[in-house]
Amino acid sequence: MENEIRMEMAALPENEGFARIAVAAFLTPLNPTVEEICDVKTAVSEAVTNAVIHAYDGQGGRIRISCRLEGDLLHMEIEDFGKGIEDVKQAMEPLFTTRADLERSGMGFAFMEAFMDGLEVESTPGKGTKVIMEKKLGNEPWVSCGE
Amino acid sequence: MQQQFEVIDHYLMIRLPEEIDHRSSSEISRRADHMILDREVSDVVFDFSDTKFMDSSGIGVLAGRHRKISCFGGKVYVIHADERIRRILRMSGLTDLVEIME
Repeated sequence: MENEIRMEMAALPENEGFARIAVAAFLTPLNPTVEEICDVKTAVSEAVTNAVIHAYDGQGGRIRISCRLEGDLLHMEIEDFGKGIEDVKQAMEPLFTTRADLERSGMGFAFMEAFMDGLEVESTPGKGTKVIMEKKLGNEPWVSCGE
Repeated sequence: MQQQFEVIDHYLMIRLPEEIDHRSSSEISRRADHMILDREVSDVVFDFSDTKFMDSSGIGVLAGRHRKISCFGGKVYVIHADERIRRILRMSGLTDLVEIME
């Protein structure tokens, strides 16, 4: 199945839930398992929350989400035009956070990596960050969810 | 579902919402800290019965409350967590800080 969506939203906490649900709805024609939907929703939530909190320091901006289905492969890009990441490698280390004051756990990228099949982060300081993720749907999930 | 906060015998019981994300987690932490300071709370129990979704924001809520009460000898307990939430807690190293009950 081939399909594509692109959406742009204000970088506000109120839109984090919307982004998760919109991407989940995009996947439904593929009949994904509940577990796969949970995995993708978690990854979307992490990337969008990063943009809201870190890219724009909670001051708002734009977030662009593009999803493409190629057969059973989901290709997703979540992009912001905020302050960017100086050291992507360090940002991706589990438990590394610049916002301990907000009780951020530093697990965002680790979760994206664990729940998706591919993760790439492109960032230019002062320009923004693009998180590129892939997931093959129809795989056996690693745990059940929502039971 | 509305999250609920209740103090029973020095235990602060928190029935977590259906979705724990950046938006809901700040409110949970704020209300929990208010009750920890205001009432005589020694331990905190997080009840995941209603929770269907949690991202890494939830880790901050649990770790943050652990930090607040552990210096007074308090403990954090997790109840009714499904396998996915347990896995998330394990991945984040939280299983060393909080006690997961059946």
